[in-house]
Parts: sequence; C-alpha cells; structure tokens
Amino acid sequence: MKRVLEGSQAVAEAVRLARVQVVSAYPITPQTHIVEFLSEYCASGTMNARFLRVESEHSCMAALIGAQSAGVRTFTATSGQGLALMHELLHWAAGARLPIVMAEVNRALAPGWNIWVDQTDSLAQRDTGWIQFYCEDGQEVIDTTLQAYRLAESVALPAMVVLDAFFLSHTYEPVDVPEQEEADRFLPPYEARFQLDTAAPCSFGPLVPPAVYMEMRHDIAKAMETALSRFPGIENEYAAVFGRRYGVVEAIRCEDAEIVFVTSGTVTSTARSLLENLRSRGERLGILKIRLFRPFPVEAVRRALGGAAKVAVIDRNFSFGASGIFAQEVRAALCNAPGHPPVFGFVAGIGGRDVTPELLEEIYWKTKNSDAPEKESVWIGLQEV
Amino acid sequence: MELERSDREFMHPGHVGCPGCGAAIAMRFLLKALGEKTMMIIPACCWSVIAGPYPTTTLKIPVIHSAFETGGAVASGVRAALDMKGDRDTTVVTWAGDGGTFDIGFQALSGAVERNEDFIYVCYDNEAYMNTGIQRSSSTPYGAWTTTTPGKDWKKMRKKNIVEALAAHRIPYAATASISHPEDLVRKVRRAQATGGSRFLHIFASCPTGWKIPSEMAVKIARMAVQTNIFPLYEVEEGLHYTINTKPKRFPVREYFKIQGRFQHLTDADLDVIQKMVDEDWELLLRKAGEHA
Repeated sequence: MKRVLEGSQAVAEAVRLARVQVVSAYPITPQTHIVEFLSEYCASGTMNARFLRVESEHSCMAALIGAQSAGVRTFTATSGQGLALMHELLHWAAGARLPIVMAEVNRALAPGWNIWVDQTDSLAQRDTGWIQFYCEDGQEVIDTTLQAYRLAESVALPAMVVLDAFFLSHTYEPVDVPEQEEADRFLPPYEARFQLDTAAPCSFGPLVPPAVYMEMRHDIAKAMETALSRFPGIENEYAAVFGRRYGVVEAIRCEDAEIVFVTSGTVTSTARSLLENLRSRGERLGILKIRLFRPFPVEAVRRALGGAAKVAVIDRNFSFGASGIFAQEVRAALCNAPGHPPVFGFVAGIGGRDVTPELLEEIYWKTKNSDAPEKESVWIGLQEV
Repeated sequence: MELERSDREFMHPGHVGCPGCGAAIAMRFLLKALGEKTMMIIPACCWSVIAGPYPTTTLKIPVIHSAFETGGAVASGVRAALDMKGDRDTTVVTWAGDGGTFDIGFQALSGAVERNEDFIYVCYDNEAYMNTGIQRSSSTPYGAWTTTTPGKDWKKMRKKNIVEALAAHRIPYAATASISHPEDLVRKVRRAQATGGSRFLHIFASCPTGWKIPSEMAVKIARMAVQTNIFPLYEVEEGLHYTINTKPKRFPVREYFKIQGRFQHLTDADLDVIQKMVDEDWELLLRKAGEHA
C-alpha cells in the first residue's frame, strides 16, 4: 500500500514487517525517530517484540549480541557518535557471526557538534565485517532493510542500512509498504545455525589461539564473498514478490558516457537531475550509484566504469591524510584493470552542507577540463576564510 | 544445608586456573546451586581463560564470552530473547571479575539493574586485574601492592563498596558471599535464583598468585577476611532490609595482612589506619542492619 512516510518510518515499517523480536536502542539525533516509531509499535502491540531501553549505544549493541546469540532476530539504529561508541562491538558482532541489522543515519562526528549528514561515521567502520548498504530514497530504505535481513542471515554476518541525515531520514515521500504476507513470503522466520541452548551447551567466543583464529577470520572473508555472489539471487526473489530491484550498483547511462560520476546516498538523486540537464545540452554524463559498499562490488564497478574517459567520485566523507573514501575504493577496484580511466576525487557536502545541482555541475566541468586529477581529492564549495 | 546438590558437578575436570584459584572454587559452588538450566555471560576476566581455549570448555552449561564492559548488557539481551521464546525457566547469570564489575562494566551493570532486568549478576572479586598480571582496580583494598601500585605508591584509596552501590539501585536482592562459607554461598545463590528481577552477588575469591600467598591458604585467607570483618557476609533486600549472616569475631586485621605478600610493606601505623577503617565500616553496617555494636 502506498503511504507517505518519513524515511525514518520507512525503516521502522521494514523492521515491523521483518518480525524483529528484540529491539535495543539509545537516543541520538538524527536516528531517534526510527526508534520512537518502534517504541510505539512495541507499546501498542503492532510489533511483538521486546524493546530494551539501554543506557548507551555500547550496551545497545552488546544487548543485541546477547539476544541474537540466544536465537532471535534483532534490530537497532544509531548515528555518528553512537556508531563510534559501538565500534568495539561492531567487530564483535561480525566475529561472532551474528546477523544483526542496524540502520545507520549518517551524521558528522564532533567536535564541533554537528548533527547533519556526513558519511565518515559509517565508512570509518568499513573494516569491521559488516555488510553496508547506502540508500537513495524512502522506497529503497524499506526494500533494502528487508533484503538486508535475508542477506545477513544467509551468510551469518551483520548488516548496516545507511541513510543520509535529514535529506533522507526526515524527508516524507510516497513509499509502497509491503503487506505482511508478502514480507513473510520473502523473509522466513529467523533460524539460528547455532544458539545458546541448555539442552546442547556450547561455549561462544572463548579464547582462540593462533592455530585457529586465522581460519576463523578467513571464514568471515569468504562469507563476504558469498554475500556478494548471493545478493543478486536474493534481489531476484525480492523482485518476484514486489517487482522492485536496485542492484549492488546502479549504472545510469554509463554505456556511452564520457564522464561518469560515482555517487552514493541522496546525492545520487541530485546527480540524476544534472544528468538530464547536461544530456539535453549534448554532454555525455553517466552515474554509477554504489548501493552495496561492503562487500565492495569490484567487478560491477569495473564493468560500469571501463568505457568512460574519466571518472569523478563524489565523497561526502573524508579520510584525513588520504582522500575521499569512495574514491579510494574506486581507485583500488580499477587499478588492476588494464587501460582504466583516471579517477578524479571530489569532496562535497561535508557536515550537512548542500550538494546542489550547480555544485555537481562545477565538478563536471572541472573534470572535463582537466587532463589529469590535480590531487587525490579536491574539496568543492569551500568558502574563503 | 544444600548438600543434596553435592554430587552434581557442572565443571569438567581440567580448568586452567592457577593452583588454589578462589574464582574456580566460587564457580563450582555457584553452578552446583544453579543447576543445568543456566546460561552464563562471561565478560573479559580470569575466567575468560580459566574456562579453557577453543575447542575445549570446562563448563557444562551454555556460555557466551563477551567484551569487558558488557556483562549487564549482554545478559539483558539474552533474557529478552528467552522471554520472546517463552523460556521462563532458564536462569541468566553474568559472571564477572572485579575489574569488569567495579570499573569498566559498572555503567552497563548500573543500566541493567536500573531496568530491573531479570538476571543474576555475580562478581567474583579477587581485588585486582589478575588476568592481565595484578594491576590495581577500584576493588583493590587500601594498602595493597599491585604492579601498577608498586613500592611507596601502594594504593592509598579505599576499596569501592560495590554492594552498597547496587543496594542504592533498590534491586530486589544483593548479598556478599565467600568461598570460605560454601553453605552460605549456595543458600544465597538459590535465594537469588528464586527471586525475580535484578540480583547481585559479591563473592570474595582469593587469588594466591596476585596476593602472594601459598595456594593452600586460599580458603583460609578468605575465612580470615570474614572473621576480621574485612569482608562481612550480609544480604540486602530492596536496598532497605539488611541481614548480617555471620557473628562478628572481630579478629584484628593485622593477622590477615601479615601473611599476604601484597601487604608486606605496611607499617604498624598503616595497619592501625586500616583497622580503624574496618571498624568504621562494620559500625556502619550494623547501623544499617538495625543492630548495635
């Protein structure tokens, strides 16, 4: 049924449809609406779940590690500082092979205090072993959250569904909300492969010597590869029920493109409007939207970018001392592909600053008029200080 | 007496604790009292090692090892999941050392008991970070040597009174227990098990390695801690009703201190100061219990 929903409520609706049994959360702007909706659902009986109102994000993730280990489906949401506080336990959740799903509303890190969008918080967690999806709109949020449960549970790894602060979390859009029967058809009840059980006592997470630890880590690496190869099949099943499909990446008019923008999140929508504008003026712009960031879809990225003369990566994040993080990943994906195009890195929209069509057009012309990148990342839209 | 449970063992032989480990003795008694319908959370502590490396385990119950500061939180999640699965029979118990309880895990513990989560939190207290090699914790007593309070920098602060901190949360049940008083310990575990909501047990668990005592003295030292009123045995219901379980013998603390290597640097004057502290604490406890000295 089509409803006009805030992005945050799209997340909450998906969590309801996934029949999550334990929700744990700690308040932080701009994630808070998600767990407020879920609190309502739990209090009213709309959802049959326990809601743990813990005293920190660290305890939030710890509680979900406990609950998921005892064999139930779980959920939380956080942002920025909250995600940073969880960091230790993000590694733990992945290492323990627990398919916890979390919504992460991108928020800039302090100081100074900034509640607005910036992807550095979630991208700083790229090495924790979590699957990461980046969403463009409310429909994609609800669909991705349901898919995240299927994928996470199929490979026993946790998954993060990432959305932009305010531009997505607090924006109202028409969203097609699946019926419960349809959701159930796509997402069966959670069955843990291993769980705490007094009838079959096991020890989880004990001391592991070097003779075994490395193989356990290799298993996680293989599970990530499996996630990448298995996801298209899961999307096919999703499309069979709901008729919608997004791909691990979306290549928009890349076939004949001279310059391809690499985007993620809501910037993609702005880039789409610029693409129409520039195409009408004879400029051959394409867009590669990265939806699945971990595991990183190297082959899909190479395929989509292989024919372009130049690539311009737009990063709403930054790794100090290096460059924008998507740019790093794209360069790494391309470097072993013979004859790959040069990669121009641009940093824009940090800390919630608008990324306007005009700003993106500036990036387009800078890329078109330069023979080679002047540096790894160029910051766009800086004011004179 | 709980001796009908004396033939039940929930530890396989072959734990990897040090000889005379009080924490191993405490675990054995705890599990005898709790029985097989128990799930245990073990945040980082000596028992992360004592339980044995993968793929072995010395415990016959399901165990989840967890991050250092998460004892209260992981238990909350396990309990919530069991509730959702309709399992009301299984006892959820967190088993943590003093570092994981008094220090790094205090926030998660406070949060869990403020929510009155339905679980038992047990702190086995060996009065320092023993697993990492005898570093000071906020449970380390006044006067103690540790590797981070060496020489003249021996610890000059009091041991944190964890039971009072928990009682201040007005939890249904909080109690102290000692490996030297197994019947009392088992009774308290069973009482905790029969009570709903958040329950806290503080078990005195001597550490021959860290306290620099002969391993055969482990239980005797623990008994002396009770007899000197350094570690009184008592229970608190709802944070209000105090019951003192052992008659005060009021042996001088000097006897307890002079046989432990960790206190050898203390002078008679230092021991007088400590005696005064112990006497003060005991008087305070008596007042709370409505008894008179």
